[in-house]
Amino acid sequence: MAGRASVQGEKKGFALPQVPKIAVYLVGFIPAVWLFYAGVTDRLGADPMRYLEQGLGLWALRFLIATLAITPLRQLFSINLLRYRRALGLLAFYYAALHLLTYLVLDQGLDLPAIVADIVKRPYITIGMATFVILVPLAVTSNNAAIRRMGGQAWAKLHRLVYAAAIGAALHFLLVVKSWPPEPIVYAAIVAVLLGYRLIRSSVKKPSARRRPA
Amino acid sequence: MLIRRPADVLPSEITPREVYLNRRQWMAGAAGLALSAALPLGLEAAPLSAAKSPFSTDEKKTSREDVTSYNNYYEFGTGKEDPAAHAGTLKTAPWTVNVDGMVGKPASFAVEELIKSSALEERIYRMRCVEGWSMVIPWVGFPLADLIKRVEPLGSAKYVAFETAYRPEEMSGVQSMFPVLDWPYVEGLRLDEAMNPLAILAVGLYGETLPNQNGAPIRLVVPWKYGFKGIKSITRISFVEKQPETSWNRQAPGEYGFYANVNPSVDHPRWSQATERRIGEGGLFVKRRPTLMFNGYADQVASLYTGMDLRKFY
Repeated sequence: MAGRASVQGEKKGFALPQVPKIAVYLVGFIPAVWLFYAGVTDRLGADPMRYLEQGLGLWALRFLIATLAITPLRQLFSINLLRYRRALGLLAFYYAALHLLTYLVLDQGLDLPAIVADIVKRPYITIGMATFVILVPLAVTSNNAAIRRMGGQAWAKLHRLVYAAAIGAALHFLLVVKSWPPEPIVYAAIVAVLLGYRLIRSSVKKPSARRRPA
Repeated sequence: MLIRRPADVLPSEITPREVYLNRRQWMAGAAGLALSAALPLGLEAAPLSAAKSPFSTDEKKTSREDVTSYNNYYEFGTGKEDPAAHAGTLKTAPWTVNVDGMVGKPASFAVEELIKSSALEERIYRMRCVEGWSMVIPWVGFPLADLIKRVEPLGSAKYVAFETAYRPEEMSGVQSMFPVLDWPYVEGLRLDEAMNPLAILAVGLYGETLPNQNGAPIRLVVPWKYGFKGIKSITRISFVEKQPETSWNRQAPGEYGFYANVNPSVDHPRWSQATERRIGEGGLFVKRRPTLMFNGYADQVASLYTGMDLRKFY
């Protein structure tokens, strides 16, 4: 959470002299580089594989949340970070991919039967996989060419899938833990607030939108 | 901390009890002078002399560092590092274990007294956590059966119920806004399980008294069951007629049963129990190993469950 806040904080501070987007990627990949480096040099505690796996997943969720925070920040606080949204969304995807890769290779040792059984039998893994599958078309179309090709409306419609991905990611986290520890609950609550905001705003806006064309 | 000792210390080399008790007193005094109230009493590890046991495995022991830094002890937080960071606040001396219920001789035992009057053994056991990881831990303790015999259970006693200390002011996790479990932590065994020679009350590990994060000053170790059955920092042991409630079963009855025997063929509803990762093996590139029935202790305990459907009584 501190990480997410600091990512936003940084950009908020630099909003006027716009930082190049590449800087978002460079900063965004620091946790991944650190996790791998610390893992290889045996600095991730007693269970480094699990720490790496969970760390990457957590950062994926944090970047997803950062992506979803862009619109409310603009609408409620007039903080416009729209130009960084694509980078944040792609970072979420890259972290989700690394998280999945860690699960497949380091956790399960590419034991295909075990992996398939997990995906079929374990709801949290089913949900995690589904979430990743949802993120793929979003990542693939996160470029100007795709927007031009698809047309703005169709593109925007497709990218509303990010809401489903956020719900999936939060659920995946809630379901993997024993009992109800605070961390996944806090993340789920943040996702709920960010999505609830959109729900409320769209239901409040509808009547006025209808009036205007008439 | 006292001096780091090699794993295999001859009993003759071990500091006599009076000497280390003196030293503990001295250290406690010194610590008190140096840090005033910052360092609670009973924190320093004291050496324990223990006989070897045929029940010990000769598998490679998990490092002391890992055994004492990667713990589940939710009274001090849900993170694996939380207990090592926060359990120091628990005052483990003096400590009394009350034994009551259906026994001929209910008693309160001071832990010091129990340690002094028991023939301590080193038991190097596999420990399999329900989460899918495992360790090999050199416990020091005595058979639970020894304590049970001392209090003379009545014929009506069928189960043994255990209770962890409940001290919100000393347990950071218990004060939490989101209570993870119903405190105090409770566990239980069938009387015949409790009498099995593998079941021990541990008072130490790696030849020294237990660190707080591992359940000081006295905890249960039942190596053929998932780790959560090994209730920590025990203050009460009751002999009862009916199957007692257990914390994780109460929290999620569909996921954690009363028996909680290690069983590779009965999955946790949310994850497989067929394999496990041995902590400290391979680091980032740890290989999973197959989980063994009753955690490899089938020869000693399988007979306790003949005729039982272990899918139903998970």
